[in-house]
Amino acid sequence: MGVTTRRLRVVAAASTAALLAFGAAACGESDEPASGGKPEKLVVDTFSEFGYDELVKQYEQQTGIKIELRKTGNLNDYRPKLVRYLATGKGAGDVVALEEGILNEFKANPANWVDLKPLVGDHSKDYLAWKYELGIAPDGRLMGLPTDVGSLAVCYRRDLFEAAGLPTERDEVSKLWPTWDDLIEVGQRYRQATGQALLDSVTTVASAVMFQAGGDLFYDKENNIIADSSPAVKQAWDTSLKIADAGITAKVRTWSKEWEAGFKNGSFAATFCPSWMLGIVEQNSGPENAGKWDVAAVPGGGGNWGGSWLAVPAQSKYPEEAAKLAEFLTNASSQIAAFKLKGPLPTNLEALQHPDFLNYTNPYFNNAPTGKIFGESVSKIQPIHLGPKHQAVKERALEPALQAYEGGQLSADAAWEQFLKDAEIQGAF
Amino acid sequence: MSLSATTAPPASPPTKPAPPRVPGRLSIRLSRLDVKASPYLYIAPFFVIFAIFGLYPMLRTAWMSLHDWDLIGDHTFIGLDNYAALLRDEYFWRAVVNTLGMFVLATVPQLLLALWLASLLNRPRLRARTFFRLVVFIPNVTSVAAVAIVFGMLFARDFGVVNWALEFIGVREHIDWDAYRWSSWIALSIMVDWRWTGYNALIFLAGMQAIPRDLYESAALDGAGPWRQFWSVTLPMLRPTLFFVVIVSTIGGLQLFTEPLVFNSGNILGGTQRQFQTVAMYMYEKAIENTHTAGYGAAVSWVLFVMIILVSLVNVLLIRRSVRS
Repeated sequence: MGVTTRRLRVVAAASTAALLAFGAAACGESDEPASGGKPEKLVVDTFSEFGYDELVKQYEQQTGIKIELRKTGNLNDYRPKLVRYLATGKGAGDVVALEEGILNEFKANPANWVDLKPLVGDHSKDYLAWKYELGIAPDGRLMGLPTDVGSLAVCYRRDLFEAAGLPTERDEVSKLWPTWDDLIEVGQRYRQATGQALLDSVTTVASAVMFQAGGDLFYDKENNIIADSSPAVKQAWDTSLKIADAGITAKVRTWSKEWEAGFKNGSFAATFCPSWMLGIVEQNSGPENAGKWDVAAVPGGGGNWGGSWLAVPAQSKYPEEAAKLAEFLTNASSQIAAFKLKGPLPTNLEALQHPDFLNYTNPYFNNAPTGKIFGESVSKIQPIHLGPKHQAVKERALEPALQAYEGGQLSADAAWEQFLKDAEIQGAF
Repeated sequence: MSLSATTAPPASPPTKPAPPRVPGRLSIRLSRLDVKASPYLYIAPFFVIFAIFGLYPMLRTAWMSLHDWDLIGDHTFIGLDNYAALLRDEYFWRAVVNTLGMFVLATVPQLLLALWLASLLNRPRLRARTFFRLVVFIPNVTSVAAVAIVFGMLFARDFGVVNWALEFIGVREHIDWDAYRWSSWIALSIMVDWRWTGYNALIFLAGMQAIPRDLYESAALDGAGPWRQFWSVTLPMLRPTLFFVVIVSTIGGLQLFTEPLVFNSGNILGGTQRQFQTVAMYMYEKAIENTHTAGYGAAVSWVLFVMIILVSLVNVLLIRRSVRS
């Protein structure tokens, strides 16, 4: 007794045929263009907000090439997708945004990226020197053109400073702490006056001090890990320990729930802000604190946290056109336009001098001239050598060790040992 | 029902019954093939899907674990070097200790509580029985990430409800729950128990309801009190259920991943000194987050697999010993 009737057999045969046809069509699909011809479409991959919406339309009109702008909201969602595209060899855009941490990581495999220098020429004088240098891979190829920087300043609560008897005008506040030791003094004054902590955590201090020291940070020029002997690292470590010992931090880990709650609750009166942090401070503090925050200069003069480049993956079918598009998006007028639209700080030297940038004020932060403040801070940075896994060593070796010391879970020696051990593990590539 | 009297068949010329159709040879062969092969074809879809999405990834991971594998770079064959390095890796063993410790801390109280809940729900004169059974199961239905976020807030150091409540019993200083091993393990165990106690209670309940009542009656007649009845009647009869629950808890507990990850605000390190990083988190850190050590991460995942099998076997032996039939 067979279950298959004739009708069922026919249906089965038809569906199998359909599946096979579909499979063949899907596998056989290829969009092999005539190489060297003009592309119909270029894809730009970005995360968060780069401010390119109007710029790509402008480029479309100028050149007739359609541009698809793909945005991923969160950097943590963007990176795995990018890794997948590179690992499988397909799916990446023609122009891809690389954040500072990702760029450094991907520098270890530069073959994935097109050398932009022969395609766009020498732009080394157009951008902040250290930023342009960082876009060059170890094998000498220009991996990325600079888009924006984070810079570094101090966001502080004017009302809490006033309650502690400290000056509240941003120029006076900047004068309060020209050096890190001065910052410690202010923190102790604040603690005595109010019983609360001035800063949120020591980890941003470490990063700022390293950038101010300049030179080789975790790696030397041959990309060997020198965490144990690097003077910049030692300076950053010692300063952070001093700050932790002085007890002027609230011991909240950046990005944790306590840290987010601390903005509303006032458990810390100041935090280190790159320009992209301003939006986050505003969001965490809420509309009721509008006008209470302000922006002052960072001790030691300058600093940077974050920033991106635009690169062209080797798997792109139109590297020349993609490179030209990247060049367009990173020239002076585009960077000004993007800044006005969404706020990323330009790296183009011409853009940094533009009146639109210098005169910009942020209403939430008491109309602070954020363009001027951040522009000054970032222009003070010395040349630095970051190395391939700088981000991983900073976030997975340096910061946990400092946080463990700050929280009292480890002694200074034990924390240093843990840092060195983790630096070797995280820094390997 | 009486047969309706059929009228006599109309007289019709008796026709010869049609000769039976002799099936052709091909037809016989196909029919035999049908009987033998179609069962396998019916279950084939599952195995095909398992082969593609289960077996092939396992084999490929094993292949990756024998290489120094960079997700976006080259691969070099290094044989068993990854496994050798793994055995010497302090952070791997720390993750193993964390995983086993959290597993024991979470599972033992959980199963005891589930047994107790099940015996309560099994009482003959319990009112609103269905309601209680539903309520006990609700925590299991909630989203894992949402639970982890909320519990993370409850266990926050400065503004968390748990620390606030502890103030009332005299604990002045706020406990930093994710800073220490003991505190983070307790917080995570509570999260896991909250989710799985109800589920296990219902499974035990089903097992208990299959125990025939007359066993209890005869035990009562012999003079056994409720505790003795529980120990000598309920538990031995529950042995198959216990095996199932323990194995499923082992498999789930040793793969703990989402709760510790979200508890640490998405940081895969499991605390500033990896105090609550589990083996699954360590595997994710090495295999996926860190693109250069994918081969090592693949080795970790296979060692985790072997670990789960071993611990399950140990647990089964323990149950077999302690709950005698």
